[in-house]
Amino acid sequence: MTLYSGFFYLLAVIITVATALTITSRNLVYAVIYLVISFLGTALLFYLLGAPMLAALEAIIYAGAIMVLFLMIIMLIQVDEQEGVVSLLNQCFFVIAVIGTTFSLVMLLLYANPGSFLPLQAGMVTPRQFGAFIFQRYWLAVEVVSFLLLVALVGALFLSRSQSKEATYGVKR
Amino acid sequence: MIVSYGEVLGLAVCLFFMGMICVATRRNLIMILIGVEIMLNASGIAFVGAALRWRSLDGQAFVLFLMAVAAAEVAVGLALIVYAHRHTGTINGDKYNLMKG
Repeated sequence: MTLYSGFFYLLAVIITVATALTITSRNLVYAVIYLVISFLGTALLFYLLGAPMLAALEAIIYAGAIMVLFLMIIMLIQVDEQEGVVSLLNQCFFVIAVIGTTFSLVMLLLYANPGSFLPLQAGMVTPRQFGAFIFQRYWLAVEVVSFLLLVALVGALFLSRSQSKEATYGVKR
Repeated sequence: MIVSYGEVLGLAVCLFFMGMICVATRRNLIMILIGVEIMLNASGIAFVGAALRWRSLDGQAFVLFLMAVAAAEVAVGLALIVYAHRHTGTINGDKYNLMKG
């Protein structure tokens, strides 16, 4: 086991445990904090897999912006009611069917593809190469995504209008 | 020398299942959104591993777009949650059983 694979297993354990704590914790704030740990581990994993640019973006956008947005909304609306949980034991057959089908499909994909279990060679893509690739090959997609973000901004603004403005504009709901 | 692509994909599948279980079992709208985030993140791990496996930058480019889509989805989703909370007073998904709430 080389140093890199040791790092990978350590990060995999951290990410998995943090995610498991996220989906089981009752307190929403704790869930978000555990998810931040999981996303920071994912950022380190991206760096290990040769994507330093994506590692930085993961830490900034996911662990920074999105999680702060979640925290803000959790603190904005009072969540004090007892939450019911759907038990998966009632749908045991369905759960086993879904997980079994997906695992068998992934295994089929891996074994049909020679070289899936060979160790990956470490590589590194510099942010300069990544940016040049993005803006040469996928420039149209970058424009579409920026337009999507604009639409999301307008949609969020539209949904969060205050009631008094609604009355002022005469909008009926 | 890092681990094989199969192990990276195994980690991604495990995380995806955790997100799916979170979406299926929790009834809190914010936890459902967090589950969707976990699933998107898991697919990003699979994409980055594939980019290293096939020595192609396309996988990393897709993760960039995936992050933008996740950001847009979270913005609109949380705005919808705030809207629903303002109009019904709850964010429990089981309580939305009235029309003209």
